[in-house]
Amino acid sequence: MRFIEPHIHMVSRTTDDYQAMALAGIRTVSEPAFWAGFDRGSAQGFRDYFNQLTMTERARAALYGVKHHCWICLNPKEAEDLTLAREVLAIIPEFLDRPSVLGIGEIGLNKNSRNELTVLEEHLALAEQRGELVLVHTPHLEDKLKGTRLIIDAIRNFKGITPDRVLIDHAEEHTAGVIRDAGFWLGLTLYPTSKCSPARAIDLLETHGTDRVWLNSAADWGISDPLATVKASEEMRRRGHPEALIEKVFFDNPRAFLSQSPKFSV
Amino acid sequence: MVQSTCPQLATDILDRSFLENRARLLEVAAFLDRIDRSREPEAGRADFRYRACQDALQLLASASGERAKALQLLLSDHSPEPRVSAKGLKGAAGAWKERR
Ligand SMILES: [Zn+2]
Repeated sequence: MRFIEPHIHMVSRTTDDYQAMALAGIRTVSEPAFWAGFDRGSAQGFRDYFNQLTMTERARAALYGVKHHCWICLNPKEAEDLTLAREVLAIIPEFLDRPSVLGIGEIGLNKNSRNELTVLEEHLALAEQRGELVLVHTPHLEDKLKGTRLIIDAIRNFKGITPDRVLIDHAEEHTAGVIRDAGFWLGLTLYPTSKCSPARAIDLLETHGTDRVWLNSAADWGISDPLATVKASEEMRRRGHPEALIEKVFFDNPRAFLSQSPKFSV
Repeated sequence: MVQSTCPQLATDILDRSFLENRARLLEVAAFLDRIDRSREPEAGRADFRYRACQDALQLLASASGERAKALQLLLSDHSPEPRVSAKGLKGAAGAWKERR
């Protein structure tokens, strides 16, 4: 079966993950820009990271038969320092035109602060102005519901951004309906302890439907699993869901959302 | 009446997942016992996370349908306004400290 992994942080993974993913049928990935586990000290640090995403990682993936795409932004965990955030926002347009960049992401909120919201709005203004696709990170655990609501309110203020060009990721039982009702694409993340298990993610598909939704591993430098989507597809199969529906969730849906960027291909 | 959306037989779900969930229940019980046997257990029982755990157990015993959603709501920050600053804050605790 063919898979698209639409949200994974390959810069934090080893090369044998690429081998395992290709063997399992994951030959197309999209990698949002994120937090490295420490705060970068300067805009130059982000420039290096954006070069890594758009050039080094793409080339490394290609060696193992995986097509690599990415998203560019300053992630919300580093948005509290407005001066640095604005220096980074100023260099982002240089990277958005690169051949593998699909849009702006993963932007959003982390601790739901005023500065995070300001930086989110400045990214949204850039997305609106350039007509970019948007990939949104929602906060963790107790912050998720409030953050999801604040993010949706913020996006609605940008009339040039239509909900069908925005995917709001890391949804769980209490936010999936909120995101769906507002007309956005929905992302479910298979991540141990802090997000969905394969079983809960498939429960959410059964209760919210399989339209305009993708599943991802968000695998990164934490305890996480680059084959999580493959394991979730097995859970769906074991429950008796038809093959065509499984293919829709793990291949057709992410392809439909990502293909809104002409730079995406499988 | 909860709508039927899972194609599996209920007894098949039990066959496949009862033992796994029995083990999870035992982990919760042992976790609470461990706090009872710990040093300064009162400080643990007064902690917002312990109280959230107690309320969660009550919720599971009383609710029917959408238990997972109800549990998520119980553990969520329901304040409407953005936080003044996130300086020095990165992670999340898993329960809302200000919940009464
Ligand atoms: Zn991510």
